Amino acid sequence: MIIANSPTILSVQGLRASINGTEILKGIDLTVRSGEIHAIMGLNGSGKSTFAKVLAGHSAYEVTGGSIQFEDKNLLELPPEERARAGLFLAFQYPIEIPGVANTQFLRLAYNTVQTQRGKEELDPLEFDDFVREKMKLLEMKPDFLDRSVNEGFSGGEKKRNEILQMALLEPRLSILDETDSGLDIDALKIVANGVNRITNKDNATILVTHYQRLLDYIVPDFVHVMQAGRIVMTGGKELALELETRGYDWITANKQPAAGVSA
Amino acid sequence: MSEAISTSYLECLLKSWQAKPAESRAWLNQLRARAIDCVSTQKLPTKRDEEWRFTDISPLTALPYRPSQPDSTLKIEDVQHLFLDDAKNRLVFVDGHFSQSLSAIAEPAALIAGNLPALLSAHASILESHVGHYVPFDHNVFAALNTAFLQDGAVVIVPKNTVVAEPVHLLFIATQHEVTSYPRCLLIGEAGSHITLIEDYVALQQAAYITNSVTEISLAGNAHAKHIRVQRESAKAFHLANCAVSLAHASNYQSVSITLGSQISRYNLDVRLTDEAAECTIDGLTLISDRQLADTHTCIDHAKPNGTSHQQHKCIADDAAHAVFNGKIIVRPQAQRTNSSQSSRNLLLSKTAQVDTKPQLEIFADDVKCSHGATVGQLDQEEIFYLRSRGLSETAARNLLTYAFGAEIISRIPVSSLRQQLEQAVLDQTQSNPS
Ligand SMILES: Nc1ncnc2c1ncn2[C@@H]1O[C@H](COP(=O)(O)OP(=O)(O)O)[C@@H](O)[C@H]1O
Ligand SMILES: [Mg+2]
Repeated sequence: MIIANSPTILSVQGLRASINGTEILKGIDLTVRSGEIHAIMGLNGSGKSTFAKVLAGHSAYEVTGGSIQFEDKNLLELPPEERARAGLFLAFQYPIEIPGVANTQFLRLAYNTVQTQRGKEELDPLEFDDFVREKMKLLEMKPDFLDRSVNEGFSGGEKKRNEILQMALLEPRLSILDETDSGLDIDALKIVANGVNRITNKDNATILVTHYQRLLDYIVPDFVHVMQAGRIVMTGGKELALELETRGYDWITANKQPAAGVSA
Repeated sequence: MSEAISTSYLECLLKSWQAKPAESRAWLNQLRARAIDCVSTQKLPTKRDEEWRFTDISPLTALPYRPSQPDSTLKIEDVQHLFLDDAKNRLVFVDGHFSQSLSAIAEPAALIAGNLPALLSAHASILESHVGHYVPFDHNVFAALNTAFLQDGAVVIVPKNTVVAEPVHLLFIATQHEVTSYPRCLLIGEAGSHITLIEDYVALQQAAYITNSVTEISLAGNAHAKHIRVQRESAKAFHLANCAVSLAHASNYQSVSITLGSQISRYNLDVRLTDEAAECTIDGLTLISDRQLADTHTCIDHAKPNGTSHQQHKCIADDAAHAVFNGKIIVRPQAQRTNSSQSSRNLLLSKTAQVDTKPQLEIFADDVKCSHGATVGQLDQEEIFYLRSRGLSETAARNLLTYAFGAEIISRIPVSSLRQQLEQAVLDQTQSNPS
């Protein structure tokens, strides 16, 4: 929801980043305020995941210009774990499998680390078990997820649910969901979307990265941005997603004209 | 090492050999005499020997080498922290010598367990037909030395169709400085029997000493054995071990070998599937640091059809440690429809750590399913990033991933008290890493 005078959570200005000497992000500007849901759309290879990983602090990317302000912090000065503890969350497009680490152990470690940072009580294994099982119901996840190794042998859809479960546990200020809809059938998509909708409120914000409009039927964005070759080339409201659905992305490249009433 | 030193070292060792013990038997004396002959025709291996390319054992000769003497002053309070709650059958050896007072057998009706001299007369023929039959010593100077000095040893015989409920804990405690001990184990699983055997090498203090052990395991038709071997010797010790396993028809052998201790250690494990449809699972974990060297050589020999072997070996090497894994798998011409897999995965935690891994497949049958793979690497950067993106510090992320790498093998140990001890050992070692 767009709220008048709501505080800015994320302010990205002129962000440039490269990997192995190749520039991928070529000057990104984006402002996200509390309560808002932003969608970033764009063709494969346009730089969406790169942007998401740079926000989360992946060390493979070198930031060569611009700034990222996250609430009162200069995000670029923080290692990934401090970004997470400050309330930034990335649901990975390709969640990593970690054999040998039980999911419940991982979830509890992450939860307690973030709780401690917020000056709250840690949960012991029994308390955490009750807590996480409640959250899992929200996402209609089977209890045996807890005993299995992190993401190991999970189907694509199970991995995505596990990401949203982590989001539900960590209660971030800003969540970036990278293609959380891909690999989900329609029932799973509804469950995940419902989970996300129950987590979002006026005090947090969400960036949905996707290249289908499908997800946006269930999680309705306040803003839709189009990314192309490492830049946000157009910004509109939720109707822009529908326009992209019917017209594709070519017209944007062709005439670079923003849709009526919005500007990049 | 020059040959002169090597020869005189062995000569000196043999001089410390005592003439036959009083209670001995003719066949045992002959075995020992043959072993002495073998020692005198062999040399200590050097890095020029293919089987010892990575492992220089010459520091061994710098240690005085007197054989250990029995020390009866040890009290149960001194060692009971080494006992396992859920292994109530226990044979304890102090510096290689059996200690009756520290041992206990909870299921005397279910199995025959004791030390070699005590069982020699009552079980003469079965002992004669197994002792020294599986670990050959004509090309193995350490096995020859162990056999030459053979007096004491652990003997476990599981009668036909008997299931031993409690694990049997063979606890070898090193207490003395600058001695050599010669532990010896024999497990005979008669047809259809089931047992879990723990072979555990520990030290009471950080002493320098030599353990030279030989273990022989024979499983008859349909016998099952789980064999957990833990080498947690002093960090200054030398540990040289040979184990041979003989598997009869449809028998099943599962082993987990954990290597944590010793300055230099070498473990040879030979498993021979001598009859059809035998199965084995051979897992290993080496976790070493500082300047430790741990060398594991295994050989799984499929001699008959329809056999199965699965092997997973992992090494974690930190600091300037050096781990070696050599895994040979032989599938002989007769061994059709063999199913064999081998995986060697290795983790280097520092730039100066080293791992040498060498799978060696010798397949002479055509209808077989064999797979193998080996990797050597650092922790995965994407896994580290994933954990950090959830709030874990880089150190916590690395520690967790290292722990998980080792814990995968530890988790296969079917004795929970031992499993917990070893999980803690892996945790201690992986948490000490400040990277
Ligand atoms: N490790 C890498 N090295 C070089 N180029 C990369 C690397 N990773 C991604 N890229 C390139 O960066 C561009 C953007 O990729 P990505 O951010 O994954 O796009 P999207 O998520 O929008 O599909 C692509 O052209 C891709 O080929
Ligand atoms: Mg992407």
